[in-house]
Amino acid sequence: MITATNLSKIYGGTKVLNIDHLDIPAGQSFGLVGNNGAGKTTFFSLLLDLIQPTTGNIFNHEITVSQSEEWKPFTASFIDESFLIGYLTPEEYLYFVGELRGANKADIDDFLANFEDFFHGEIIGRRKYLRDLSKGNQKKVGIVAALIGNPKVVILDEPFANLDPTTQIRLKKIIKELTENRETTVLISSHDLIHVTEVCERIVVLDKGEPVKDIKTSEATLSELESYFSGEVGVTQAEEL
Amino acid sequence: MFKRFLWLEWKSFFRSASVGKSIGLKVLLIFLALYFSVAFLFLGIGLYPLLQKSFPDQDPLQLVNRFVLLWLVFELGYRFMLQTLPVLDIKPLLNLPIARRKAVNFVLIKSIYSFFNFLPLFIIIPFGIFCIYKAEYGIWNLIGWMIAMTAITQCVNFLNFIIKKKFTDNLKALIPAILIVIVLAMLEYFKVFEISFWFGKMMDFLVLNPYLAIVPIILAIALYKWNQLNLESKFYLDAGLKEKKQDADTRDFVWTKKFGTLAPFLQQDLKLIWRNKRPKTTIYMSLLLLGYGMFFYPSDNYQAFEAFYVFIGIFMTGIFMINFGQFVPSWDASYYPMIMSQNIPMKDYLSSKAMLISFSVIILAILTTPYIYFGWNILLINMVAALYNIGVNVPILLYAGSFNKKRIDLDKSPFMNYQGTGAMQWLVSIPLMVVPMLIFWLLNFFIGFEAALIGLSGLGILGLLLRPNLMEYIAGVYRKRKYAMINGFKQTGE
Repeated sequence: MITATNLSKIYGGTKVLNIDHLDIPAGQSFGLVGNNGAGKTTFFSLLLDLIQPTTGNIFNHEITVSQSEEWKPFTASFIDESFLIGYLTPEEYLYFVGELRGANKADIDDFLANFEDFFHGEIIGRRKYLRDLSKGNQKKVGIVAALIGNPKVVILDEPFANLDPTTQIRLKKIIKELTENRETTVLISSHDLIHVTEVCERIVVLDKGEPVKDIKTSEATLSELESYFSGEVGVTQAEEL
Repeated sequence: MFKRFLWLEWKSFFRSASVGKSIGLKVLLIFLALYFSVAFLFLGIGLYPLLQKSFPDQDPLQLVNRFVLLWLVFELGYRFMLQTLPVLDIKPLLNLPIARRKAVNFVLIKSIYSFFNFLPLFIIIPFGIFCIYKAEYGIWNLIGWMIAMTAITQCVNFLNFIIKKKFTDNLKALIPAILIVIVLAMLEYFKVFEISFWFGKMMDFLVLNPYLAIVPIILAIALYKWNQLNLESKFYLDAGLKEKKQDADTRDFVWTKKFGTLAPFLQQDLKLIWRNKRPKTTIYMSLLLLGYGMFFYPSDNYQAFEAFYVFIGIFMTGIFMINFGQFVPSWDASYYPMIMSQNIPMKDYLSSKAMLISFSVIILAILTTPYIYFGWNILLINMVAALYNIGVNVPILLYAGSFNKKRIDLDKSPFMNYQGTGAMQWLVSIPLMVVPMLIFWLLNFFIGFEAALIGLSGLGILGLLLRPNLMEYIAGVYRKRKYAMINGFKQTGE
């Protein structure tokens, strides 16, 4: 259960995020879409307490994220490459994250066996440092690391970008399985409307920091979103954050 | 084009996350530079009369020539420690229409204008003018000498450039050069072959034949070319990859398991140090500087002023602490958001750093024990200094680290990867060494040697006893400064 109340972030006089109230129930697969600068990454950064809100608060399972570190044990995330440690091999990185989440080497090895397909033989046992992997392969490691140790909340920023089509399809499957038993809340942002409508049961559209649409995903959602964004073209000149 | 490069540097300095700290340190450096300029100028003016008075039957110029080589070695030494070489972030320049040579020339030519190249001129020129007026040499002879000395200074500049580069790239390549220097020094010491004497003779010969000043000039140009070719070959993004694409080093440091909850962090830090050039250099530096005591212990002059030994003790046992500790948490800058959002309590993160640094102090303290040869008081002082380092200086450095918001690029391309060895870095560490020295001096002066030792170790033990509370407090400061740090670490480039 994640709740944002009266949440706003202002940079140099510009409001980049302004959410009056947003509830994300436990176990939901939640999608965030919007153009560049709509505030998606800002929202995730606030949720991870990487930046400070100008007003308001975010509660992650009743814990105020900016005041306590208690949310960290059950929250996992992958935002960008700054979540990877470049001088480790993928295995070492995953073991390290595992140790932080109370899983030992054997647990991680079992866990990784599920992702053999996803890694496509390009990551484990190649004796390469993370910094020497391609962007796409780095991303795969980051995403898998965010799933270690049965977190209650998983946050993935643009997980589909930079991945090859095969991996995108596999990732969608993984996310669907993750939310199947309704114990894990998954938050995803994406520019790709097709992917996000496929994996998320609820989609919120942000525009210049304001939630403008809150849709329960159905057959009609994709066309609704497409018509919304094509109507936007030429009207919005959003800035990259 | 040079104007553009300078413009880029100007912007990067004033728009950097740590501009306040940088300006403060620059001002301090300017004062130091002024001080040394004046000191050298006085020495330059006073040198001729002084030598004439002390050695009336010898020619001052020949005397000076005798010491030129020694001075050059010394100059190379302090330049290695203090001179920050100009750096240029090449990645954004690679795809722009900028000739490789131009960028390289910019870096090299900028180094010609380094303060360190002007410093010797304050001696060379006044001394040369004195020689023209007082000694029986021709004007041209001394102009030749002055030009030669200036050119030699530039040679040292470019030689230092090469050595620093090799020091970070390929340490083994330096071994033959170091061996030659050691052999020559031994031969000199045992008076088998006195190279400084022959070097002096050569300089005397140059004074008699001033046109020979062309030789050091050619040498300087040759060294410039060497640097130029060397840097040009590194002017590629993958210059580093070619060498290091070999197998990843998968050492595990399993023995760290003993440390329970801190084990993963300690392992992490050891890998950080072992697998990245810059932190690895701090280890070599620490071992190298263990020899620092050799400069002072053999001489009896310092025995009377034992407080100075405290300075050396803090320095030798704490050199890794100073070099590594003052950049906590910048070492983790490139993945700091991950550290902040993973399941890592701030206190554990900091405690593991403190533990690692404390270990380094203990190891270095053990390595200094052979200095007992020069007196038991030295051993005692070094041990007390180590205790003080662990108890007091480690928390201070960690606290100071909370103000760091400048990113360190660990996997920076090997082109110009020598951030972090410069005058600034030593300046920051002066209070760490001077404060205990003062405390020791006061106690030693008013009460006695034992009291001074007990005083310092008392402070160290107090720090250790309070360590849990101090760490709690420091972790709080880090939590408060977290957002500023994350934001600062996002900035790439110099």
